[in-house]
Amino acid sequence: MKKLTLAALGVAGAMIASTAMADGHGNSTLAQVKEKGFIQCGVSQGLPGFSNADDSGNWTGLDVDLCRAVAAAVFGDSDAVKFTPLSAKQRFTALASGEIDILSRNTTWTMTRDTQLGLNFAGVNYYDGQGMMVPTALGVTSALELDGANICTNTGTTTELNITDFFRANGMSFNLVAFEKADEVVAAYDSGRCDVYTTDRSGLAAQRGKLTAPDSHMVLSEIISKEPLGPVVRQGDDQWFNIVRWSLNAMINAEELGITSANVNATEFNDVSPSVARLVGKEGNFGAELGLDNKWAYNIIRQVGNYAESYEANVTPLGLARGVNALWSDGGILYAAPIR
Amino acid sequence: MSNSSLTSLIYDARLRGYVFQFLILALIVFGVWSLVDNTVTNLAERGKTVGFGFLTANAGFQISDTLGTWAMDYSVGESTYLDVYFIGIINTFLVAILGIVGATFLGFTIGIMRLSRNFIIRSFATVYIELLRNLPLLLQLFFWYFAVLRALPSKREKIDIIPDFISVNITGLYLPAPVVESGFIYSVIALGVALVMTFIMKRWAEKRQLETGQRFPVFWAACGVLLLLPLAIFAMTGSPLEWTFPEFKTDGPMLRRGFQSGTGMVLVPEMMAVWLALTLYTAAFIAEIVRAGILAINKGQTEASYSIGLKPGLTLRLVIIPQALRVIIPPLTSQYLNLTKNSSLAVAIAYPELVSVFAGTALNQVGKEIEMIFMMMMVYLTFSLATAAFMNWFNARVKLIER
Ligand SMILES: N[C@@H](CCC(=O)N[C@@H](CS)C(=O)NCC(=O)O)C(=O)O
Repeated sequence: MKKLTLAALGVAGAMIASTAMADGHGNSTLAQVKEKGFIQCGVSQGLPGFSNADDSGNWTGLDVDLCRAVAAAVFGDSDAVKFTPLSAKQRFTALASGEIDILSRNTTWTMTRDTQLGLNFAGVNYYDGQGMMVPTALGVTSALELDGANICTNTGTTTELNITDFFRANGMSFNLVAFEKADEVVAAYDSGRCDVYTTDRSGLAAQRGKLTAPDSHMVLSEIISKEPLGPVVRQGDDQWFNIVRWSLNAMINAEELGITSANVNATEFNDVSPSVARLVGKEGNFGAELGLDNKWAYNIIRQVGNYAESYEANVTPLGLARGVNALWSDGGILYAAPIR
Repeated sequence: MSNSSLTSLIYDARLRGYVFQFLILALIVFGVWSLVDNTVTNLAERGKTVGFGFLTANAGFQISDTLGTWAMDYSVGESTYLDVYFIGIINTFLVAILGIVGATFLGFTIGIMRLSRNFIIRSFATVYIELLRNLPLLLQLFFWYFAVLRALPSKREKIDIIPDFISVNITGLYLPAPVVESGFIYSVIALGVALVMTFIMKRWAEKRQLETGQRFPVFWAACGVLLLLPLAIFAMTGSPLEWTFPEFKTDGPMLRRGFQSGTGMVLVPEMMAVWLALTLYTAAFIAEIVRAGILAINKGQTEASYSIGLKPGLTLRLVIIPQALRVIIPPLTSQYLNLTKNSSLAVAIAYPELVSVFAGTALNQVGKEIEMIFMMMMVYLTFSLATAAFMNWFNARVKLIER
């Protein structure tokens, strides 16, 4: 096939073949990323706590930290990342077309997405579920009272599907108003176009601050779906997939082993347990197996921090407790495969 | 000898022409083939297949109540992605056609106002054009949408435009809805027959006038036929058309107050905002085209028309506009095409047109980028070509017949 492609390139001109050649053949994502010197990371268009840019264009958030972790692992520099804000609708096409190298944008891992879109989920960095927000004045206490409601949400999301399922399963009718961008969803809900705003519960907490009177709204207690959110890569590049997966695992394992950005430096001089020694690259060849420096995880922890540090800096301020996102050893379900 | 015949072959311009044409054709075919093949290979590498099988799968998401969902009788879990495609097409065409009609009327009005001798009218038109033409359409779309939302009363209140018939609040404009019963089709057929009869009558009247000089009141006769025939059939088949009226509740649980779904017809604010924005924006361009068209007509035409006693209004209608149309129609066509394509911006404010509902929501669920974008492009292409064909036909009709 390649020979034909090259021949086509030669005769039919670069114009026709360029799109088809853009990626997939030969060059691995790692090689491409190294060549350009940074990672292109797809994030949301502004979801405080997960991926959000401040006035001077600095991105912060749990999802942003994941991309920074991969940059730290690959380049030893957590700033070697460029961010592409994407709407829910654009995100998979942006990844499939090679515009971005990682999608780290509160994206739910579902079977369809994993099997039919040509994508792979590299893990879960936040266990979430879909919730609903209503104005307190509506006097509603349960989602089962919402028959006939107008509901605002984002298009191109699992949210649309779950809410439809929920209303069908309960024999209720509703009208869905689905916007491309979250800001418009919030503005429309705020203006009274909809009775209900539905999205991931983390999203509700994050967007709530954008309402004119955040206190006159309440989140209903029902959680109507499972939303395991995690980073996504293109299918067919196992090396890159491994790098992203283990960057996340390194952050979680670091928390479990009590290694933080503050104390990781000390592991160089002090005696450490074998698990820690493997994590920080004093023992074993784990970095090389990924095609990276042996200090890959050390750099992640040093520059970005472990999972708990990232969570506390970004998500805790939204008022979201660790809950199920605590380590398995602390009563949560966060459980990373060991580095050995 | 063989040498010289070869040379003559090489210098044979016609043969050379064929050879080059063949080579170019071969290159194009090869280019297209390798592009397709390459794409399929690339997709296969990612575990994706190519095909349109997904169209028969059921769509699992709700779509906002619009003409499309009503026409396709959309129901989650039963309707397919193909239905979603048609819903998108219908909704796109709806705003495109409404927008074209609105923008044409408004554009002609503003364009003529711009040439008015009255300073206030003229300045208003100028300000309108400069303002709307120079602000990005997306911005205007947001402006109108949120302006519309802010201006309307909440879901539990309403403003009556015609009490019990037409009312409006933030969830939309509510109108009575016709419910067609069996037998209504005969009235529609009657209308078709009446149209054909009118056409034949007009032909006959023209011919008679040419031959005998006698005139026939075609207009009144046509009105009579067009109204009476369908109405008679309608009455004879037992008036098979019911109306349902929007029902508004002011008691019961808070959530259930307001207009009750399933009663009457609703035009959602998203649609009204898209229509408004497309109309106002495109009208500014059309106004300039109309102005240019009118100015292109020699001043002598106006003077000549005044000199035979026509008033300014009639001069405009009978002398200037018909001639100006020749200049106006080609750029007007481009504006119609622009408007149609611009309607895809409606995704930003949740109007379920083609780009939003098919290339957005549905695409995200099934991930067939290539197939779905292709299907979407075909719609815009077909619509654009059809518009262009119609306008070319119209242009040919109005163009100056030189004598
Ligand atoms: N997790 C869901 C929903 C993701 C989603 O798009 N949520 C919205 C609402 S919280 C969002 O992130 N908006 C931010 C933005 O559009 O930038 C999915 O993967 O489909």
